[in-house]
Amino acid sequence: MSAKITREDVAHVAALARLDVTDDELDRFTKQLDAILEHAASVEALDIDGVKPTYHPLPLVNVFRDDVVRPSIERDAVLSQAPEAEDGRFRVTRILDAE
Amino acid sequence: MTIAEATTVIDGWEPVIGLEVHVELKTATKMFCGCRNEFGGAPNTHICPVCLGLPGSLPVLNRQAVEFAMRVGYALNLNIPERSVFHRKNYFYPDMPKDFQTSQYDEPITEDGWIDIEGVRIGIERAHLEEDTGKSTHVGTSGRIHGAEYSLIDYNRAGVPLLEIVSRPDIRSAAQARAYVAELRAVLFAIGVSDVKMEEGSMRVDANISVRPVGRERFGTRAEIKNMNSLRSLERAVDYEIRRQITELESGGTIVQETRHWNEDDGRTHSMRSKEGADDYRYFPEPDLVPVAPSLSWREEVAAQMPELPAQRRARLVERWGISADDADVLVAVAGLADYAESAVDAGADPVEVTKWVTGDLLGRANESGLSPAEWKVTPHYLTETLALVADGTLSRNLAKTVLDKVWESGDAPSVVVDREGMAQVSDSDELGGLVDALLAEHPDDVVRYREGDEKSQKKLLGFFMGQLMKQTRGQGNPGVLNQLLRDKLNGA
Repeated sequence: MSAKITREDVAHVAALARLDVTDDELDRFTKQLDAILEHAASVEALDIDGVKPTYHPLPLVNVFRDDVVRPSIERDAVLSQAPEAEDGRFRVTRILDAE
Repeated sequence: MTIAEATTVIDGWEPVIGLEVHVELKTATKMFCGCRNEFGGAPNTHICPVCLGLPGSLPVLNRQAVEFAMRVGYALNLNIPERSVFHRKNYFYPDMPKDFQTSQYDEPITEDGWIDIEGVRIGIERAHLEEDTGKSTHVGTSGRIHGAEYSLIDYNRAGVPLLEIVSRPDIRSAAQARAYVAELRAVLFAIGVSDVKMEEGSMRVDANISVRPVGRERFGTRAEIKNMNSLRSLERAVDYEIRRQITELESGGTIVQETRHWNEDDGRTHSMRSKEGADDYRYFPEPDLVPVAPSLSWREEVAAQMPELPAQRRARLVERWGISADDADVLVAVAGLADYAESAVDAGADPVEVTKWVTGDLLGRANESGLSPAEWKVTPHYLTETLALVADGTLSRNLAKTVLDKVWESGDAPSVVVDREGMAQVSDSDELGGLVDALLAEHPDDVVRYREGDEKSQKKLLGFFMGQLMKQTRGQGNPGVLNQLLRDKLNGA
């Protein structure tokens, strides 16, 4: 069985998702993800010509809201839950690393 | 030079430009929640669990945002597919508290259209719906993201509906790029979907630019330019980037695929960071939203309500009003200006006169003040009233200008200004004749020189006398009457 996903792929996806994973975890997740992809491959083997992709399990379209203003929530109540706030705004740590 | 001719080929290099234009839609509320969509509200006063991405909150799509997108579809000759879906675009950045932006990927609300810019057809790949992000303020000595100590985030803008209009790489010069965006802006304003203010960020343009040797099919490596917040800076930035790339390639260098930041002050683009590949966003269908499938009746309703587009309006004004194509361009290009002029004409003013004043004096003042026509204290009605005072001889053109200046400042009606300032034009021949006699008596030598002079010196002296008389009457002497009196007295007596 050829691997569906490499250790490097898993490390890349983990980095994109900002997940810290250890070397042991990388080995374990690679194996587990590979098994999942292997399973999915059995679906790929089916003849699906003329079958439309399913984006949503419910046969619903056009669920809309009218363009009417509703009350927002109290700013102070929200900011009190934030790790840090200043001047009515959320305060976050430096976005770019210092160069 | 026409826009079609305005292609820049420098030393055998041809630029290839595609533009991504983001416009904030003028809905009352955000895209997926009932928070107010408003520019300039106090920070974080238009926020709720949905636009903050709190666990358990669910988005519900704003019908009006979809309808605005459909209107844009009809205006830009785009197809509106039977079905479109939303995707999550995943990235980590504090301007989106959800850690993803709800956008559209492979099934946008509209696709495959075009717009004609003075006979040049620019293809439009798609216009898709997405949500705007929050606004970051970077705190630190630089005031910019580089070197900032920390940042403050206001989520009022997070979740505001955006339409991203993606052109095909059909643009071949900075002038064409500017003309394309100017026309888009006029169209979007005309159909009432956005207030399209580049300075306030309700219309934002990113430019993808590459160059290639003339005749080569394959595109060069492109750079994406951001941070242009006026038509003028767009044109400057595109022009700079084209030349930068040519210089780079000719000196044996290569172009890096990257995002570059336009700096208005030094007139250059600067490298930001290397562009992430589309795959890194890990787009996947948004499970909390169902597909949009506009019904035939909805489509027909939206199509039937489409207002006149700028191209049609220009043609109509040229034909009905007898104004030049250039004047019609200005009226239609400036948001709200044609509406203003039409109101004045509807109120009874002469279209050619209205156009002259609106595209001249009034627009000049508007540019200084940054006010849009709907905000001018000189209302269309006041302009009409002033022009009527010129037509009946109460005001000369120069006095009318002064009156409009005062109306512009005070907002008082022209007739009130004329009365208060005693500005009415003096046309009385006896009164003015007395002034002329006195003036000529004061300058006997000049009178002799006039009578003995050639045509040229007569003209000069006539100008001198007129200047003196206008000064004495504080501009209120009727120039036509004064001119006639002067000539009669100089030639006859």
